[in-house]
Amino acid sequence: MAVIEQTPPAVNRPQPSTAAPKKGLRGHWHLYAAISPFYLLFLAFGLIPVGFSLYLSFHRWDGLGSMEWAGLSQYQYLLSDSDFWQSIGNTIVIWALATFPMIFLAMVTAVMLNSAVRFKNAYRFAYFLPNVTSVVAIAIVFGSIFSTNFGLVNALLQAVGLDQVAWLNTPWGIKVAIATLMTWQWTGYNAIIFLAGLQTIPSDLYEAARIDGAGPVQTFFRVTLPLLRPTLLFVLVVSTVTGLQSFSEPQVLLQTTANESTFSGGPDHAGRTMVLYFFQQTFDNNDFGYGAAVAWGIFLVVVLFSIINWRLVQRRGEQ
Amino acid sequence: MASIKGSGRRGIALHTSLIIGVLLSAFPFYWAVIMSTHTSSEIFSYPPKLLPGSHFMENVRSLFDTIDFFGSMWNSLLVATLVTFLVLFFDSLAAFVFAKFDFPGKNMLFALLMLIFMVPAQMSAIPQFVIMAKIGWIGSMTALIVPAAANAFGIFWMRQYMRSAIHDELLDASKLDGANFLRQYWHVALPVVRPGLAFLGIFTFMGQWNDYAWPLIALTNPDNVTLQVALSQLNGTHGTTDYGMVMTGAVLALIPLLIVFAIGARQIIGDLAKGAVRG
Repeated sequence: MAVIEQTPPAVNRPQPSTAAPKKGLRGHWHLYAAISPFYLLFLAFGLIPVGFSLYLSFHRWDGLGSMEWAGLSQYQYLLSDSDFWQSIGNTIVIWALATFPMIFLAMVTAVMLNSAVRFKNAYRFAYFLPNVTSVVAIAIVFGSIFSTNFGLVNALLQAVGLDQVAWLNTPWGIKVAIATLMTWQWTGYNAIIFLAGLQTIPSDLYEAARIDGAGPVQTFFRVTLPLLRPTLLFVLVVSTVTGLQSFSEPQVLLQTTANESTFSGGPDHAGRTMVLYFFQQTFDNNDFGYGAAVAWGIFLVVVLFSIINWRLVQRRGEQ
Repeated sequence: MASIKGSGRRGIALHTSLIIGVLLSAFPFYWAVIMSTHTSSEIFSYPPKLLPGSHFMENVRSLFDTIDFFGSMWNSLLVATLVTFLVLFFDSLAAFVFAKFDFPGKNMLFALLMLIFMVPAQMSAIPQFVIMAKIGWIGSMTALIVPAAANAFGIFWMRQYMRSAIHDELLDASKLDGANFLRQYWHVALPVVRPGLAFLGIFTFMGQWNDYAWPLIALTNPDNVTLQVALSQLNGTHGTTDYGMVMTGAVLALIPLLIVFAIGARQIIGDLAKGAVRG
């Protein structure tokens, strides 16, 4: 127990690793052996499939017949495919609608949890619960909350004399419903991550700030936020990577209103995220070659977006 | 300011805000449970029912008649448990290496890992499907378990955790005592990072329990699916949906997750929280 109590629950504290004396490859064989299970599995079920997917994206293939060389035509079509661009727009809007409120709420919650003295563990447990759910189950629940005819949100609106909103039938309603689900599910999780980061900040820094006459707001922006930057980076990168790949939420939430396909993303395809579009092209249309090209398009968008977010957070910290 | 935290007027405001947050977090659970006790027509009625009804057992019965609930739950349990143990072992071992040792090619290998993390699982879905069809894994649980054992997020997470949690002095001391790499991993590193492992374990289990897209593709036999796929089959697409039954399924599917969380929560909440008490 004593060992555990010594543990700073840090998430990202930069620390130089023990510099082993320079030895040849042979001196490090045990290290390579230790990381090899991951890289072997990754080779078989990650790298080779990814390479195959690149190969596939230069072909036409329906999954059954023979492959036919298509050159760059899949990518040419991808660039001019307005449905794909729409799915990028949908994904980014949903991601932004979910992520910014989520990070703000998570930080506020973490700061509050950090200063609460009583019921600490009970709060943590409760805040973490939304993440302990299956997306499918919770999407079904949110589907009923946002349902037009018998949904709880509309019942509330009606009760205060406002008009009902056809949440799952309008482009913005769909996006708001999906984003609400994601925010609900991930705020507590990120609050706990932020809390772990907050706990690594030495308390004498707060004391020093107080002696210098800083108020709570100043303390937050001058002490807490800069020191929380590595954690913020972690949270942002993870939410970018997972958020831009959202699939289950829109798929389950909107499959009841979809007539043409279970991957169509609702009326006007307003909830058709990039990954949903990938599924639709691949498994509904049996267009495996084009599906592969779409997947590479998604990858590019995710990497670009992650780099932009990374840069933004780092630069803000440098000021 | 800080000296009066948790008490007085500011304390009341703090706890009020926190409790509102708790209620918002908990509400969808409550709502799902309430709906699982009503018939579909009661659910569709206005004003919405906010108190429990009396049709829970009927909903359970029609749920069990419609899908093989326990069969698919067993499949989910099997997959999630096996994957969790594999990931915890492989990832903590690799993370230990990345966090605490230097070797040629380390940065390149780690950069590769981060890149993998950003590759959408969907990108390799088609080729994976083709490969697994070739080796005959499609339709079997192996198709879900083996690829999931390579989890890039887990290595990223454990590495970050180990960098700060395992002190270099501790490793140096154990080395002086003659501990080799495996002993350092097992007797020095693992005990210190138990909270981090619990965190990763719970997430891996939940991630697998919840995985939906890949099982949807890989488990081609409708009689042999995981719980999430079975549940989604209940929802919509067939025209008339028995919402009471669907909700009952959703609620029952959460129970194993809640049990796992309750077991692991002491690690996450308890041990991670200890830092705060000290701080």
